Amino acid sequence: MDDSKQIVVTATNRQAPVIEPGHSFASVTDKISAIVLTRPTSNGWFVGFGVSFLLLMGMLYAVGYLFLKGVGIWGVNIPVGWGFAIVNFVWWIGIGHAGTLISAILLLLRQSWRNSINRFAEAMTLFAVAAAGMFPLLHLGRPWLFFWLFPYPNTMNYWPQFRSPLVWDVFAVSTYFTISLLFWFIGLIPDLATLRDRSENRWARMIYGMLAMGWRGSARHWARYETSYLLLAGLATPLVLSVHTVVSFDFAIGIVPGWHTTIFPPYFVAGAIYSGFAMVLMLAIPIRKFYGLEDFITERHLQNSAKVMLATGLIVAYGYAIEAFMGWYSGNRYDAYTLWNRLHGPYAFFYYMLLACNIFVPQVLWIRKLRKSPPALFLISGVILVGMWLERFIIVVVSLQRDFLNSSWGMYYPTRWDWMTYIGTIGMFLCAMFLFVRILPMISIFEMRTLLPQAEVKE
Amino acid sequence: MKRTLIYGLMAEFDNPTDLVAAARQTYEAGYKKIDAYSPFPIEELGEAIGFHKNAVPLVVLIGGILGGLTGYLMQYWIATISYPINIAGRPMHSWPSFIVVTFEMTILFAGISAVFGMLALNGLPMPYHPVFNVPRFAFATKDRFFLIVFSSDPKYDTASTRAFLEALRPRSLSEVPG
Repeated sequence: MDDSKQIVVTATNRQAPVIEPGHSFASVTDKISAIVLTRPTSNGWFVGFGVSFLLLMGMLYAVGYLFLKGVGIWGVNIPVGWGFAIVNFVWWIGIGHAGTLISAILLLLRQSWRNSINRFAEAMTLFAVAAAGMFPLLHLGRPWLFFWLFPYPNTMNYWPQFRSPLVWDVFAVSTYFTISLLFWFIGLIPDLATLRDRSENRWARMIYGMLAMGWRGSARHWARYETSYLLLAGLATPLVLSVHTVVSFDFAIGIVPGWHTTIFPPYFVAGAIYSGFAMVLMLAIPIRKFYGLEDFITERHLQNSAKVMLATGLIVAYGYAIEAFMGWYSGNRYDAYTLWNRLHGPYAFFYYMLLACNIFVPQVLWIRKLRKSPPALFLISGVILVGMWLERFIIVVVSLQRDFLNSSWGMYYPTRWDWMTYIGTIGMFLCAMFLFVRILPMISIFEMRTLLPQAEVKE
Repeated sequence: MKRTLIYGLMAEFDNPTDLVAAARQTYEAGYKKIDAYSPFPIEELGEAIGFHKNAVPLVVLIGGILGGLTGYLMQYWIATISYPINIAGRPMHSWPSFIVVTFEMTILFAGISAVFGMLALNGLPMPYHPVFNVPRFAFATKDRFFLIVFSSDPKYDTASTRAFLEALRPRSLSEVPG
């Protein structure tokens, strides 16, 4: 028994530690809470927040104009009725998946390295799902009637159609947002109590105190808390897999060539985690640098995230290969044409870009040196995010633009309003992230304490 | 007339090992109305203070079952009774199409029960609690570990309990005003 324990310890010792040695309960607490409580807000924060805020304002302008004029201002038309709105929806919701994977699945798998990145990854999930949710609502045409999607007794004597994947999507995404929010919030309660007890400012103390709800760290509370947290993780795990599966049903249940395949659910989920980890790295790398958190977000975290990206990237590559293979093997001429159209059609350039970004460039992650280099990882993650966006563009646009009847073929060009809305949601996401790192502890303080060697009870 | 002047006696410790050992000794000495406070969850602590009945899993189970039933029955009622429409010749009760929403509702209800059930069982939110009257208790959310014997314990006696807790060699000992 002791021997096996010894082996585990040496095996992990060879890797970089999850938390740099020399920290105590107090130093972990002080270092993370100081970012929120005492550290002056840097000029960089104001510049970053300001730029994001401007982009957000651009989005509000575009959305205001949309409300005034209708979806005609976008590039969508028959045959491509889905366009940017659905591309961006799928892209954003996929990004959110990494947060839940880190907070729930890695918790169940007892991956203790998750403890230093789960909090901001969960925040990323929330903001990404909020950004994703904008698009189908705006795409409705009459967004102010969005509540018609929910089943509620109404004077029209009408109910939603539960045989439609679009209605499943409403339930999947709204459940996902609710559960992510609850998971994030109960994770925050003990840390909010820490901030309540640490802050000097009367208002901060009152606000954090109200949010902490009188948490006092009683052993009875912790026992129930841990059970509840674990159960939530167990519930969120199938949930996160179901969300992108249901998103893929939006396509796979339809008969459009290029959509109607059974590979979609697993390949969508893998792609979601792929792009999500890319976003986690794009956020973690600057955050650890600017806030000096290299002690807590170590090389180990970067390496592990890179490995997850490599693995999920290969699953995505397998998905592309099977799609191409089925185009030929099915013997269906429409499927075969979709493949031909991807390779030689008017959007072929983007298909090759997609292969380059998602399959070829990420293979450099096999090199250990690059998995350890923050600038290289930052760059590769950016490439993957672009690639995953292109993937959704190819799926949505290239399949729709030329389907069964060539009399109804057409082209799709996004307008400036499409771009303003899309870039605006990036601004909205970053705005929310900037506010989050400023007012809430971006690393879970109490879970970091449990990682310290002195947290263990010696019998 | 005041009911109790003292809510309990609170001992402060430096590390989780001392706290768990002290909690065990206190419980074994016959004090049953005790509690312990720590800045992070300690697995051994619940059992050390004699906490065994954790009702959270039951609450979540009930929530999940209710959610699943709500989801399925709602769809059944809508699709067959209240608003039956023929979609591509499928039967009115086309149950495979109802699985996704049933699943999502199960997760939603179970998750909400997990969070609000836990908060309710813990009696939170509770803005005021006597333990906050001890100034050093602010460290319970940082790096200190506390053990309290409530004055409502039948064995509680200010003098003898204080002597007992002193013997556990705490870092500090304070009376918690009620």
